[in-house]
Amino acid sequence: MEKNNLDSLDTIFQDKVDREIKIEPKDYMPDAYRKTLIRQISQHAHSEIVGQLPEANWVTRAPNLRRKAVLLAKIQDEAGHGLYLYSAVETLGADREDTIDDLHEGRAKYSSIFNYPTLTWADMGMVGWLVDGAAIMNQVPLCRCSYGPYARAMVRVCKEESFHQRQGFEIVTQLAQGTPVQKEMAQEALNRWWWPALMMFGPNDADSTHTAQSMKWKIKRHTNDELRQMFVDATVPQAELIGLKIPDNDLKFNEETGHYDFGEIDWDEFWQVVKGYGPCNTERVSARKKAKEDGLWVREAANVYAEKRARRNKKVS
Amino acid sequence: MTKQEALFEFLLRKADDSLILGHRLSEWCGHGPILEEDIALTNISLDLIGQATELYKYAAEVEGKGRTEDDLAFLRIEREYKNVLLVEQLNGDFGKTIVRQFFFDHFEHLLYEGLMNSTDERISAIATKTIKEIKYHLRHSSEWVIRLGDGTEESHNRVQASVTDLSRFINELFFQDEVDEILINEGIIPDVKTFRVAFENNMNKILEEATLSLPEEKWQLSGGRKGVHSEHLGYLLAELQYMQRTYPGMEW
Repeated sequence: MEKNNLDSLDTIFQDKVDREIKIEPKDYMPDAYRKTLIRQISQHAHSEIVGQLPEANWVTRAPNLRRKAVLLAKIQDEAGHGLYLYSAVETLGADREDTIDDLHEGRAKYSSIFNYPTLTWADMGMVGWLVDGAAIMNQVPLCRCSYGPYARAMVRVCKEESFHQRQGFEIVTQLAQGTPVQKEMAQEALNRWWWPALMMFGPNDADSTHTAQSMKWKIKRHTNDELRQMFVDATVPQAELIGLKIPDNDLKFNEETGHYDFGEIDWDEFWQVVKGYGPCNTERVSARKKAKEDGLWVREAANVYAEKRARRNKKVS
Repeated sequence: MTKQEALFEFLLRKADDSLILGHRLSEWCGHGPILEEDIALTNISLDLIGQATELYKYAAEVEGKGRTEDDLAFLRIEREYKNVLLVEQLNGDFGKTIVRQFFFDHFEHLLYEGLMNSTDERISAIATKTIKEIKYHLRHSSEWVIRLGDGTEESHNRVQASVTDLSRFINELFFQDEVDEILINEGIIPDVKTFRVAFENNMNKILEEATLSLPEEKWQLSGGRKGVHSEHLGYLLAELQYMQRTYPGMEW
């Protein structure tokens, strides 16, 4: 295509984005926009799928029938989110299995939070309350993302995530109001999960490579630091309500700004985990690879059977 | 044995079947061969845990000793679990999980159809709700048996090996003793002997389409209904009961 034509297509595209008209799969979009979306949505999908693992770690040890059922239902929702998101990626021309191979070969990332281990039952509460709580902060604005299929997937995802956040908070509340042993279990888990949860919003704005362009394309609506602040402001009063202490001595409500000031994140830890050196990076990716490899014969059988059946049906008709 | 004791025992047997199989299926969560099947197995697991909960609740009421559904599910010792041996068997590969489910679903389908006509209103209500789930489970496991049996050479060999291996647990599904005798006379449960032929015909029809067959060998195991299990159950219970045993008497 002529360069002038491309320029004018790009102008029309940006004009649609500026006027809040959704971009749909068959519409023109710049290559960089498509690539950014494929990267972001597939990584989001991988996060949902890898995110099953830390919670699945407690399914067989859930403390009662109700908690077992709720936890199973929640993990099933996460797998469902993965499914819509992989479908959204496919509308951009990417192949689901290829993007999964990228994950397995270390070419694609997923949310670093899932590289932390779930060590006690209280961690099921923290994952729901903090991890899903942080995810909601990130995802609610994505319901207005310029790319139609992603935005629509997010509407449904957010509804379910908000239920997950509530069930997590309910687990934590029950513990915080329980015996001293249970309260200690909750506090100890909060101490481990608080800072990794704040890291979920990514680097500070000054160090974020994708933010400016993504905001121009209206894929992203708020900066990392804005979202992080919203999360802190929403979560601190919840912790106070149930009598747990946020593990941050610098945390203080600032009357002037109307927001909580909080301490410096350990960015070394953040980058370590992003680079693959977190407590469970190896285990998470190995588990996903193993599932794919162990399932190979099943997928082959399903494909071969489908072909056989198609041939037989053809003969009959 | 009184009618009340028989009813309690029956409810426990069926609740344990659902709980233990639901627990086994939940072990697949996050590790399925394909995302759609990860979701399907979790979904079936969820149905089974739900069924177990309803059955334990009723069992606790029938017993009338102040125990709750969670006490029954989590706080008995190994010999007190009354599930059939089939459901506690290890998941193995996906094909083995499917075959275990296939045998179970075929039995459950006929049993619960009978339970819908129970003279016990509570059981008939539970059965009416449960049968819808079982029909879905049955379709799911049957379709996979066909796909794997008539798929590749490898899938055929794997799934045939599982059919052969697990077939020694089929007979126990039809176990009967005094408990059943009392409840059959009261019209509370159907006589499973009456649908044994239908069970075999239904299964064989699918197995034939799948190019699979049950072994000639009629060697059969049992013991679960009397609380004598395979070695696998103890480990399953150790995980299942971990929280309740480690933190006695706490609410979660």
